[in-house]
Amino acid sequence: MGSILLAYAIGTKYIEDPYMVSLVIIVITLVLLVLAYVITRSFDRLAEANRMKSEFVSIVSHQLRSPLSNLKWTLDLLLSERVDLDDKKELEYLKILEENTQRMGNLISDLLTVSRIEQGRFTPRKESISLNELINKIIEEAKVFSKAVNAEIIFKSGENLPKIFGDPSQIKMVITNLLDNAVRYTRNRGKIDIGLSQKGKNLYFEIKDNGVGIPQEDSKYIFQKFFRSQNVLKEQTNGSGLGLYIAKSIIDKAGGKIGFKSQQGSGSTFWFSLPLK
Amino acid sequence: MKKILFIEDESTLQKTISEILTQEGYEVISALDGELGLKLAKTKNPDLILLDLVLPKLHGFEVLKELKEDEKTKNIPVIILTNLEGMQDVEKAIKMGAKTYLVKSNYSLEEVTDKIKNALK
Repeated sequence: MGSILLAYAIGTKYIEDPYMVSLVIIVITLVLLVLAYVITRSFDRLAEANRMKSEFVSIVSHQLRSPLSNLKWTLDLLLSERVDLDDKKELEYLKILEENTQRMGNLISDLLTVSRIEQGRFTPRKESISLNELINKIIEEAKVFSKAVNAEIIFKSGENLPKIFGDPSQIKMVITNLLDNAVRYTRNRGKIDIGLSQKGKNLYFEIKDNGVGIPQEDSKYIFQKFFRSQNVLKEQTNGSGLGLYIAKSIIDKAGGKIGFKSQQGSGSTFWFSLPLK
Repeated sequence: MKKILFIEDESTLQKTISEILTQEGYEVISALDGELGLKLAKTKNPDLILLDLVLPKLHGFEVLKELKEDEKTKNIPVIILTNLEGMQDVEKAIKMGAKTYLVKSNYSLEEVTDKIKNALK
């Protein structure tokens, strides 16, 4: 308001034509409005970044504390003089220690990967990879987990598919994450179909499950860091919410595309395509 | 025999608490999600409830709210056992009627067990 009055005072001093004075005032007012808008937006963005940072710290500390409490209480139990444990039970608790150490290690690796992605330090190597061989290897490694939850994995691949150039460890991370989600979020007797084919100048990977699916309203957030769908949270609270974010970052960086289609209650199909050259 | 209901989705914590409390003469009933926990609270008449906050199916605060609104369960002491340690959460839980608020990773198993036993005296 003060600036508008000042513009009016200056305008009337140097310009005689009242129309020109009005025009000058309107222009100055518009410029001021735009400036106010830009400044407010910057403050909003800063506040949002700050909020996200606090939320990040809060989620990470909660995620790390869960396996930490498991480790702590299991060790306490094994060392306690108040409790008698036979050899079988001791072994059972030692296995729990091993599982939780692994869980904590995985979470820390995911967090470091996210940090590298965000600092632009997650540069892919370029090697010739047979996706077919890589997928078979990943399925073999996932056998213990998939058997434990009664999930059946079927892999169908097109014949004589060409190799691609990419970073095998990063592509493995993507497929492992997608397979892990498919197994984790299918209820008992899960059926997972993996397909690999050539579509034009791309290799096309698809993984279809009959799991819990993704609600329509969550679809747009699914590749966001730390996002976990409400129906997944209802079933199981473990999981960092970083896997799909990492997968998308890797595929984007490799010049490919990633997406999904899903229906809540009847399963999801995730896919990605990678250029052949 | 005093009955303790433990509503917690981490099966490891369920096993360890049950192991020590059972050996010390308590009965421990386990619920791995909020919905089941609420159901067991209403049907099994526990003497004490240990309640986690980040739970599948029904959040711990929802469970606490329903427990305190129900004539049958409102007088059962509730100990919050969680890994959330924001002051807002602590204040909210105490205001809603929780007896104590414990951050799991800050206490040893024996310390938690002793707090449970004191709450049952």
